[in-house]
Amino acid sequence: MNAPSKAPFKARAKAALADPVLKTAIDRTTGNAERKRAAAVAAFPEFEAARARGKAIKDHVVAHLDHYLEMFERNAAARGAQVHWAADDAEARAIVTRICLAADARLVTRAKSMLGEEIGLPHALADAGIERVETDLAEHIIQLAGEAPSHIIWPAMHRTREQVAELFKTGHHPPPAAEDPATMVQSARTQLRTKFLSADIGISGANFLVADTGATCTVTNEGNAELTTTPPRIHIVTAGIEKLVPSTAHAFALLRLLVRSATGGEMTQYTTFHAGPKRPGDADGPEEMHIVLVDNGRTKMLADEFREMLRCIRCGACMNHCVVYRQIGGHAYGGTYPGPMGSVLTPVLDGLAASRDLPNACTMNGRCAEVCPVGIPLPTLLRAWRRRSWREGLEPGSIRTGIGLWAQLARRPRLYRLATRIGLPLLRLFGRGGWISRLPLAGGWTDHRDLPRPAAQSFMDQYRAQQKGRK
Amino acid sequence: MPGEPKPTVGLFVTCLVDAIRPQIGFAALQLLEEAGCTVEVPQAQTCCGQPALNSGDDRDAAHLARQTIAAFEGYDHVVLPSGSCAATMVHGYPDLLAGDPEWAARARAMAAKTHEITSFLADVMGYAPSGRRCDASATYHDSCSGLRELGIADQPRALLAHVEGLEMRGLPGNDACCGFGGTFCVKYSDISNAIVTEKAEAIEETGADILLAGDLGCLMNMAGKLHRRGAKTRCFHTVEVLAGRATGPAIGEDAP
Repeated sequence: MNAPSKAPFKARAKAALADPVLKTAIDRTTGNAERKRAAAVAAFPEFEAARARGKAIKDHVVAHLDHYLEMFERNAAARGAQVHWAADDAEARAIVTRICLAADARLVTRAKSMLGEEIGLPHALADAGIERVETDLAEHIIQLAGEAPSHIIWPAMHRTREQVAELFKTGHHPPPAAEDPATMVQSARTQLRTKFLSADIGISGANFLVADTGATCTVTNEGNAELTTTPPRIHIVTAGIEKLVPSTAHAFALLRLLVRSATGGEMTQYTTFHAGPKRPGDADGPEEMHIVLVDNGRTKMLADEFREMLRCIRCGACMNHCVVYRQIGGHAYGGTYPGPMGSVLTPVLDGLAASRDLPNACTMNGRCAEVCPVGIPLPTLLRAWRRRSWREGLEPGSIRTGIGLWAQLARRPRLYRLATRIGLPLLRLFGRGGWISRLPLAGGWTDHRDLPRPAAQSFMDQYRAQQKGRK
Repeated sequence: MPGEPKPTVGLFVTCLVDAIRPQIGFAALQLLEEAGCTVEVPQAQTCCGQPALNSGDDRDAAHLARQTIAAFEGYDHVVLPSGSCAATMVHGYPDLLAGDPEWAARARAMAAKTHEITSFLADVMGYAPSGRRCDASATYHDSCSGLRELGIADQPRALLAHVEGLEMRGLPGNDACCGFGGTFCVKYSDISNAIVTEKAEAIEETGADILLAGDLGCLMNMAGKLHRRGAKTRCFHTVEVLAGRATGPAIGEDAP
């Protein structure tokens, strides 16, 4: 459900900054996440070694993607699953909708999947007249609110528990008896229980696609994925092709990184491998299992400078540690994926012209790369988008002119000296005391903070005068 | 060692220090000489090119990289009172010029001998200030590029520990960005303002008399916000305190 506001990025960010409740919600969740991750990493001395291994596993798979895709398809088919290939989001939507309509499905339950959001699955199901029930608690909240996820791990993190209580009051029948989290969770559980058991189809994503067994793996803390994928007649998995790992052991190597980086836990409550539909003699399971493997720009990334982004295991640590995300939250980014990883991916998915602000709205402080469990050089990739935006003429004229004029001066040291000799005294005229509190064309600075008044004479001039004095 | 020639250092003062606070450049010069170096300040320096590099304008950035390399590659060491400009030379230049057969090796050679000043003093020269005094409480902000791209964290603290009378106080969130980000702070000024407001609150809560950092850009951002908020915190570059030059006006304070 990627329905970003049509307003430009800066307007969305401004609106987010003006929302004190949003800031409270962001601080609660990301603050907790940061503390818990730090504790989990501190208690895991092998973290650096695990990170190096995780990076190597993903790089290996990406380098041999065709090999592992074929292996996965072969083994999944041998277990009775049907594998479908989708080149883009439209194809993926069409495949899922076709399966649903062919099965005459009226009710579909869905376990949280960012890939599903990426391909616009919620809207596609609604357009096909199929009732969709989100079974992840946070997804349930944003479904009631009619919103898109604002975080890849905690989709409803922009809402405080007080706001959720309000939503449940009108959205649950009967409404929860009290507003404490336990009562509200119990109420959601009751609402969802009948849907779990009466759904025709369950749709999930996959945290891993295991090539040598043909299994897909989901991890959750609520058990909703198991209830989504087991009782219905049909289980559909939608997954990006970068989710491949060679074997179950590799999946576990990455899980150790994923869970610690995402929630600070050692393991999720539920880690489930789905290997084909129900076999004769099985107590339960779906009659059909479909796996939709989605490219949607990934093979293009494979061939260009964004290849390293294919290592991403979607833990959300980069956004939890991002100073920008922590001010504006996820919705302001306007794409499916927010934060640093989203600012690399959104230009791939939505085009750079529509999203050039995202790679630019970053201070390049490097904290995202520091916490990334698979060592993705996010600032380097963001800079690559800036370079492309500059080259393709997408940067605003004012910025191009400003940088251009400044560069003309900086490339001519003598002229630069002359300019500082003339410019510094002029700038000083705007100062009162040691500070400039308003300066034409510099409102970006002085609207919010004072500018220290420049020196009357530059260092270079003072230094030269001193040197002459010495001789 | 007696008889051994002094190492030569090319001092790149950075464009901000040149225009806004020359005293930082003189403090750096003094410390380098005290550490036993022969220091020169090449006149061909302007800006390291980071604004162009971070805006995606690689052509201008590469031009400035070549200009700077040509002016500085003859020295034993290149030293800057800024982690972020140093990181541009150490990591940015070799990347920018990687495809240029004439310049790639020169960029790598210069990157290998380029240092941020506190790491150069502590790690390369084994220098420690002596006889310096500053009777004040201070807190220290780790500027991001220096911290993450060059590993500068212990060096400034170790050097500051030699300053008598200086009481260092921890800054919660010391390693979180102040919201400066070069051109970011004017391109996305509302977001930058929200970030620096939180930083200013954290600085004020320490109750420290002085804020120290190793990058004038970050210092101007934080000092400007602190002043707009009416805070009394005074801001200095680390080298000003190390050189015993934090006795006069702080950043933004009028000269007497």
